[in-house]
Amino acid sequence: MHIRLKIWRQENSQDTGKMQDYELADVNSDMSFLEMLDMLNEQLLEQGQRAIEFDHDCREGICGQCGVMINGRAHGPLKNTTTCQLHMRSFRDGETIYIEPFRATAFPVKCDLKIDRTAFDRVIQAGGYIAVNTGQAPEANSIPIGHPVAEAAFDAAACIGCGACVAVCKNSSAALFTSAKITHLALLPQGAVEAQERVRRMVGQMDAEGFGHCSNTEACEAECPQQISVLHIARMNWEYNKAQLLKK
Amino acid sequence: MLNAKIPEGPLEDKWRHYKEHAKLVNPANRKKLEVIVVGTGLAGSSIAASLGEMGYRVKTFCFQDTPRRAHSVAAQGGVNACKNYKNDGDNVFRMFYDTIKGGDFRAREANVYRLAECSASLIDQAVAQGVPFGREYGGYLNNRSFGGVQVSRTFYARGQTGQQLLLGAYQALMRQVHLGSVQLFARHEMLDLVTIDGKAKGIIVRNLDTGEIQRHGAHAVILATGGFGKIYYLSTLAMGCNGSAIWRAHKKGALMANPSWTQIHPTSLPQSGEYQSKLTLMSESLRNDGRIWVPKKEQEDRLPNQVPEEDRDYYLERRYPAFGNLSPRDIASRAAKERIDAGYGVGPLKNAVYLDFSKAIKDQGVGKIREKYGNLFRMYEKITGVDAYQEPMKISPAAHFSMGGLWVDYELMTTIPGLFALGEANFADHGANRLGANSLLQACVDGYFIAPYTLANYLADEIKTPATDVQHPAFDAAAKQVQDQLHLLKGIGGKLSADYFHKTLGKILYDKCGLSRSAEGLKQAIGEIKALRQQFYADLFIPGGLTINSELEKAGRVADYLELGELMCHDALTREESCGAHFRVEYQTPEGEAMRNDQDFAFISAWGWAGENQAPIWNKEPLTFEFVTPTVRSYK
Ligand SMILES: Cc1cc2nc3c(=O)[nH]c(=O)nc-3n(C[C@H](O)[C@H](O)[C@H](O)COP(=O)(O)OP(=O)(O)OC[C@H]3O[C@@H](n4cnc5c(N)ncnc54)[C@H](O)[C@@H]3O)c2cc1C
Ligand code: FES
Repeated sequence: MHIRLKIWRQENSQDTGKMQDYELADVNSDMSFLEMLDMLNEQLLEQGQRAIEFDHDCREGICGQCGVMINGRAHGPLKNTTTCQLHMRSFRDGETIYIEPFRATAFPVKCDLKIDRTAFDRVIQAGGYIAVNTGQAPEANSIPIGHPVAEAAFDAAACIGCGACVAVCKNSSAALFTSAKITHLALLPQGAVEAQERVRRMVGQMDAEGFGHCSNTEACEAECPQQISVLHIARMNWEYNKAQLLKK
Repeated sequence: MLNAKIPEGPLEDKWRHYKEHAKLVNPANRKKLEVIVVGTGLAGSSIAASLGEMGYRVKTFCFQDTPRRAHSVAAQGGVNACKNYKNDGDNVFRMFYDTIKGGDFRAREANVYRLAECSASLIDQAVAQGVPFGREYGGYLNNRSFGGVQVSRTFYARGQTGQQLLLGAYQALMRQVHLGSVQLFARHEMLDLVTIDGKAKGIIVRNLDTGEIQRHGAHAVILATGGFGKIYYLSTLAMGCNGSAIWRAHKKGALMANPSWTQIHPTSLPQSGEYQSKLTLMSESLRNDGRIWVPKKEQEDRLPNQVPEEDRDYYLERRYPAFGNLSPRDIASRAAKERIDAGYGVGPLKNAVYLDFSKAIKDQGVGKIREKYGNLFRMYEKITGVDAYQEPMKISPAAHFSMGGLWVDYELMTTIPGLFALGEANFADHGANRLGANSLLQACVDGYFIAPYTLANYLADEIKTPATDVQHPAFDAAAKQVQDQLHLLKGIGGKLSADYFHKTLGKILYDKCGLSRSAEGLKQAIGEIKALRQQFYADLFIPGGLTINSELEKAGRVADYLELGELMCHDALTREESCGAHFRVEYQTPEGEAMRNDQDFAFISAWGWAGENQAPIWNKEPLTFEFVTPTVRSYK
């Protein structure tokens, strides 16, 4: 395949950045999208130019580190697919592909396609855990958890923290990410005890980080590689309101 | 002389005895003690969180942007624990025995027993943290059996067990970060270990965002930096996995044990072209229902569904009737290679075998198969474009896990006092081959339940030691060396990329120090790696500057791999037997099975660094089997 690329280049967080044109001949349609970028970098290197910086690690759709806007869509054209799991067979020969970093005030660009997503860590630090110390846990089967509940908690826990939800949201809201963790922990008996404190702190941190509010557009769910449901946002709101009402 | 510090007494009392006699650090003193944890995978996050809870002052480092992305996240299949929930006769001894046997009697009895002993508590801990393990309808935990064992002891969270366990550990770590007991340094890479008077006292790291070289001092350093299987370039590992932290510690005096033992996983996707950067693993759990076969005819050109039953060779079921498709990884991988090399491989490059679900779909219905493995089938389709409900998957062996790593004693301490190694970064527990689902277990158990005791035993004698002075000349020297190396690499100004050298090294290792090895091949490999290393220092090119620069990061890791790769070949060459994942073609039975030599090789090789271009120094830790008798490992 022959591919034309327009890629966001930005030296550092102060630089204004711009789109730049590249061209690749002989792209194999079985290549993954990131392998195509590797190929481009190899080509740049031969010309003595700086490689394009992009984030990635596992390359199997589970670490959540990759993720760029491809032709205006988070992680590209396929549904429920991370950038690393996208393959060139999803593009046409001769196509022009636009590649940009995920954009949100709370996710500043560091260099080219690399962004800073540490805001997510701070949201988790605010309460996204069960406060259990090591070495004191009771026998695991002492609290049975019904299969449907465990599965529902799992559906929420499957979030990979890639940030696509924020990037596609017109308000740059982190509601899907935050609510997934809130649901995961609130559904389980182990996590339910702290649910009110947790939701207040996590929502507070989300706001403090500069993420916007959720206005129910649901673009996040549509673009989420893990099919995380917006119903978690409803649960988060419910948990939050409950917590505010019951606040002593 | 290596002292493994194995406690006295009967096997089942050793760990209890150790804990009863280990020194303690009083809570008031813990806040005076600083500990560095490098790595935030399961091993690193769990130890950093545990130490934070206990009141030590902890600094933790990783090269990803957040600890939640460490490679542990990728583990699919499950984690072992002997809970005997299925009433199928599982117990600590049986798990210990399976693990020792799985490792082909090349692991320490005491360590392996402790692993089995602590396994049940891990499930308790993870459930308390909210890890959503698979459950029965009644609400109790479910589990299944995994390669190499005949009881159900593998707990799983769909196909994402590693992710869920890591999130549990990450959340525990984040809680400590919030409480201020742990300081987190993400996107920081450790580039050297600092020792003062022979003890580990700190590290030199590079901030990957700014390029700044920093010094961090502590009373003890823990490396939990994962495995180095990515040395093969094509592997199931994440792109960033590397051996640099342990290699730099090795050059500072820590011994490297059994570096050549790499597990080659049988169920990876095959290589399909030169451009490929990784080989994706299809979870081993698929072998519970999938049947593995190749055509009976060489160069079979019919599509798999057109090959009738009588023309298929279910070679695992044929050769290993008792375990069949569930035989351990080394056996299954080698058997696949044997068929592929004999000319029966399938796929465009003739480098794969079929993993066929048609019988399972017929027996159980497609719905049941979808429920069990749906996400894996989806992943397979995303990568290959093939629907595995309709035709068999193509799978192939790929480098997966390093059984070798830094030598540690029973306390998980390396030969440098104050330097500990946890998880895949150490060599312990798996012997010459790892049974599926034992690695997540080891990483977690090291961090949650073992190192908190053994580290305290060391730190109890360090209470009076003042905080480490990072202006000490040892820090100056290490920082200078790191700077010099970065400038050296940047300054080479050649034409070839770090990836070029990595790929070339990977090919050499696959061919000559991979699934099978021979003295002749290994000697050639050593020569080729030396030459490649020379070429690296003459012809490498790194564009960009000294701040954010992934090419520079890669180059440093490849430089270390070029040294480690040579040591792997040395190690494989000196082990004149076949055991576990190490198959020396000269030592096999007439049926092609591995031939172990307990008489001469029941030891762990622990290599010392002698300097650049010097032969490594060979130390041996003899393995004594007091409680089990090594037997021929038969899965027939
Ligand atoms: C695809 C796949 C599937 C697997 N499935 C299973 C399974 O089902 N069951 C099972 O038991 N095991 C499985 N394994 C193996 C298991 O996942 C790993 O062995 C285990 O997770 C290793 O954990 P760890 O904490 O030792 O290291 P990792 O999780 O690899 O963590 C390493 C950490 O060290 C950091 N690091 C490394 N070098 C440096 C440096 N120089 N400076 C700073 N930080 C550094 C990294 O940032 C990371 O945080 C699988 C492995 C793979 C590849
Ligand atoms: S690189 Fe890990 S999800 Fe894409």
